Amino acid sequence: MTAVLKKVVDNERMVDNDREGQRFRVARKAFVSKEILERERANIFDKVWLFLGHESELNKPGDFLTRSVGGRTLLFTRDAKNRFHALLNTCPHRGARVCRERSGNAKSFQCFYHGWVFGLDGSLRDMPGKESYPEGFAERPTSSLQPVPKFDSLRGFCFVSFNPNVESLSDYLGNAKEYLEVVADHAEAGLTVVGGTQEYSIRANWKLLAENSFDGYHAAVNHATYLEYLKSTTGGLVPIQLVGHARDLGNGHGVVEYKAPWGRPVAQWIPAWGDDGKKRIDAIFDKLVAKHGTERAERIAHYNRNLHIFPNLVINDIMALTIRTFHPSEPDFMSVNAWALAPKDEDPKDRSSRLFNFLEFLGPGGFATPDDIEALEQCQDGFKNMAEVPWNDISKGLAKETPSFDDEAQMRGYWTEWNRRMYGA
Amino acid sequence: MTATATLQNVTRADVEDFLFAEADLIDNWKLPEWLELFTDDAHYYVPSTDVDPEAAPDNNLFYIADDRFRLGERVKRLMKRTAHVEFPHSKVRHIVGNVRILERNGDELKISTAFIAHRTKNAVTDVYFGTGIYRLVVRDGKMAIREKRSILASDGLRQQGRVSFIL
Repeated sequence: MTAVLKKVVDNERMVDNDREGQRFRVARKAFVSKEILERERANIFDKVWLFLGHESELNKPGDFLTRSVGGRTLLFTRDAKNRFHALLNTCPHRGARVCRERSGNAKSFQCFYHGWVFGLDGSLRDMPGKESYPEGFAERPTSSLQPVPKFDSLRGFCFVSFNPNVESLSDYLGNAKEYLEVVADHAEAGLTVVGGTQEYSIRANWKLLAENSFDGYHAAVNHATYLEYLKSTTGGLVPIQLVGHARDLGNGHGVVEYKAPWGRPVAQWIPAWGDDGKKRIDAIFDKLVAKHGTERAERIAHYNRNLHIFPNLVINDIMALTIRTFHPSEPDFMSVNAWALAPKDEDPKDRSSRLFNFLEFLGPGGFATPDDIEALEQCQDGFKNMAEVPWNDISKGLAKETPSFDDEAQMRGYWTEWNRRMYGA
Repeated sequence: MTATATLQNVTRADVEDFLFAEADLIDNWKLPEWLELFTDDAHYYVPSTDVDPEAAPDNNLFYIADDRFRLGERVKRLMKRTAHVEFPHSKVRHIVGNVRILERNGDELKISTAFIAHRTKNAVTDVYFGTGIYRLVVRDGKMAIREKRSILASDGLRQQGRVSFIL
């Protein structure tokens, strides 16, 4: 073992922020160690706010879905009074998962093991052999499906926390809130999750995807075939330079915001969408100007955003609008979920272009994401050499006052927060 | 298949010969030749696994929804060294079975298959399995694919992580 790695192991120094040496490094051990993953569960996933879902996924009273978040299995419901509930999907009686369906509409949930029946709000409604329990048993708080300790939402984005003492969602989101609002402002009628989930996995550490999600540096090389594809389309591009900036938003959140030559259904027209498309896109833009003023409308319509909310939520506001979350199950394995968001009242033609756009870049069958997955898995494989090569370098743009979208300032913000939460450093 | 094959006299064995040859082209990475099996108005779909198998890609998020142009671009991409996920090319073998002619309608046949594809890359082997629904046309005694819809039967791509080769 090299002296450097020994020092890392002894001191658990995972982040090396060497200001004098103009160098920012992350120990590769942070991506491979089981102990570190356990510590991440305790110090990060059990402590912060985590994305659960979007309100539009539960459209009407009685709608429900089940989802894994932060190592828990959750039941997300909308009750008869249109209140949303995030419940821990385990029978308070003996533990079985109460709801075993992916999604649906129900008046109540019955545990299939002994038959306890719960309302959409989690309260115990009935059970076989009631007379064998003391009076008032069903009303005890411990007899219900337990709610998550904290549940809150911002503009339709719903979050949970397993930490009863967590700061408010608003404080936690901090500077990232404004960017979520820009996304929510795409449509006055609100946004909806389009049907269909991309569910996949990556044989790599979850933090590699966090880094990759707002890494503007890799696109030109890693995604060369995507850019070549765009050039070979007829009218798939407008003459706009890929240029912009990166921001460390604090609390581990970060964003790259930039102009780009591809079409945006909200609202950057490309010739491929034709004259009719131009009329529709112009109308969308005019509506944004009327509602938000020219400056904000420009920002909503003509700027792309890759927003990363610590620790595992990505909102890509690019050629389509996507929500992506990812959860580790092993140091070298994560599960990924991705959804497409769209304006509720979108014209069917624009909806179709949006989803066509989404698939040409994004997802496990796209022209870009599979190459990201390959890169992340090859990094994980490369970490087998960490005894001799123990550090990742994250120094790009360190000396710049305003880092470019293809610098690594946003990643340094991410790692600084990770380090603070993990080691109080 | 005989040169006089028509929509009405094509047999299941003819369809099987065609589909086995298709699988062989995919498995040997002869994708430009594979692309020639498609009509000019063809589509290739891999829906996400939580939507109706017959859902439309206009209003549902798929894994893949290619028109003929993008399918051609997919083939071009996959034949490049810079399609990193498939460089070097993974090793792939398809088993296509349970072939049935479901309908003979207008100028096309509707075909259903069951498929299993194994893919090995970086010493990891993944299994892809599901139902293939084809719309085949018969022109000048030859079959061509107007639509290929590969409906994965797995819960998403939780182990496989990508659908980077042709199903």
